Amino acid sequence: MYSANFDYHRAKSLSDAQRLLASNPGAKLLAGGHSLIPLMKLRLASPSAVVDIGRIPELRGISKSGDGIRIGSLTTHAEIAASADVQKSAAALAEAAGLVGDPAVRSRGTIGGNVAHADPASDLPTVLVALDAKIVAIGPKGERTISADGFFTGIMSTTLADDEVITAIVVPALAKEQGSAYVKFSHPASRYAVIGVAASVTSSGGTCSAARVALGGLVPHATRANAVEKALVGGGLDTTAIGTAAAKVGTDLGNEVTGDIFASAEYRTAVAPVYVKRAIAAAAARAGLA
Amino acid sequence: MELSVSLTVNGRRYDRQIEPRLLLVHFLRDTLNLTGTKIGCDTSQCGACTVMLDGVAVKSCTCLAAQADGSSVTTIEGLAPDGQLDRVQEAFWEKHGLQCGFCTPGMIFATKALLAANSNPSAEQIRHALEGNMCRCTGYQNIVRSVQAAAAAGAR
Ligand SMILES: Cc1cc2nc3c(=O)[nH]c(=O)nc-3n(C[C@H](O)[C@H](O)[C@H](O)COP(=O)(O)OP(=O)(O)OC[C@H]3O[C@@H](n4cnc5c(N)ncnc54)[C@H](O)[C@@H]3O)c2cc1C
Ligand code: FES
Ligand code: FES
Repeated sequence: MYSANFDYHRAKSLSDAQRLLASNPGAKLLAGGHSLIPLMKLRLASPSAVVDIGRIPELRGISKSGDGIRIGSLTTHAEIAASADVQKSAAALAEAAGLVGDPAVRSRGTIGGNVAHADPASDLPTVLVALDAKIVAIGPKGERTISADGFFTGIMSTTLADDEVITAIVVPALAKEQGSAYVKFSHPASRYAVIGVAASVTSSGGTCSAARVALGGLVPHATRANAVEKALVGGGLDTTAIGTAAAKVGTDLGNEVTGDIFASAEYRTAVAPVYVKRAIAAAAARAGLA
Repeated sequence: MELSVSLTVNGRRYDRQIEPRLLLVHFLRDTLNLTGTKIGCDTSQCGACTVMLDGVAVKSCTCLAAQADGSSVTTIEGLAPDGQLDRVQEAFWEKHGLQCGFCTPGMIFATKALLAANSNPSAEQIRHALEGNMCRCTGYQNIVRSVQAAAAAGAR
């Protein structure tokens, strides 16, 4: 399959990318290409120009910063999954990155592209919402930092402007007795998330003092499970308490659940509590609670 | 728009003028006539088009030739000198890891990527590593055996 014709520009640096975006109205950024190229081949997207940011060294790599871990937007899923720093302080993110697609997809796909594309069935948005991560983007008006919770607004839509480039994702440092986990029901062919649940729980002397639980795959965009979180905080984190809290996910889902030929909305709704329970239990175990 | 690209494929350098929309798989198959690389799904799912790009296994139906400009590509034709087989190919031959052979070039590169990272994978790790490669013939059992045999023979 061939996409429609387009002009191709390779950016040498971040400022070069911004210049190319400004001088080519209708241009799309190209990172790993593992969401954009399939869309262009299906002609669901036909940008007049593509600005390839795939070789900008300053956008790549994982480093520890004062406020946590900073992951350059061009860092691949494979690099994130293999990073000891990410495994240690953002276990859910390493787990999710390791479950994206298949090895060839993970070698090309990037965190920045994944977040900007905001496919409802993708994994990283769910985790970034649960981990209270920040998305750093630069545009003509300068740099801004956007909270992941609120960044995703609908199916493949975010608050990012067309002329903004995501430069990094910042995941806050782990608190004492905090643990996170991601569990996923993968589509058997594409490996995209049919259901994805990310949980982060913090303990304070055995009681759950903070919890963030996010849902993906079965809703139009990564969303927090407020009712589940509320039920967790202040309680214990034994199997019964986790099960009771997980059952509240029905309230969070409401009638927003998406269904398709593979899994109906009813089916996803019925199975969701199981995945919510597993994610919380795994996060609690990492927090040293369970 | 036409672009000048320069790719090294199987050790030989090719300079070509291409359309930006030309996919790496079409560059290999249609421009260079290297038809060992197959197109199965053309939607990034089946892995039949997998090649090595700068040492990394990638789906060439989901990569623009322009993105590979300046890079080094290995296709199934370049894995071993004419008339010889690479050790992974040898193992697929010995263990009947193929029937029609359509998925095989991709399977071989996914296997090579796995063995480069893990020289002694378990059956489960092999299945996980080959998740992006579909086979409609073998039922996968003999593919797993082939990868195990390749690992045992010290293939990389
Ligand atoms: C077979 C297959 C299976 C997959 N399975 C999964 C899965 O299980 N889970 C999952 O989460 N994902 C999955 N993916 C998607 C994969 O993770 C993508 O690689 C990712 O979503 C997009 O990253 P990319 O670097 O390839 O982005 P691209 O395709 O290059 O770009 C995607 C979009 O983001 C924009 N963009 C890219 N970088 C930036 C930036 N720095 N700033 C602003 N905008 C930017 C582009 O303009 C484009 O609109 C799968 C993909 C394939 C092909
Ligand atoms: S043809 Fe490329 S993955 Fe199927
Ligand atoms: S041998 Fe026929 S598809 Fe695998």
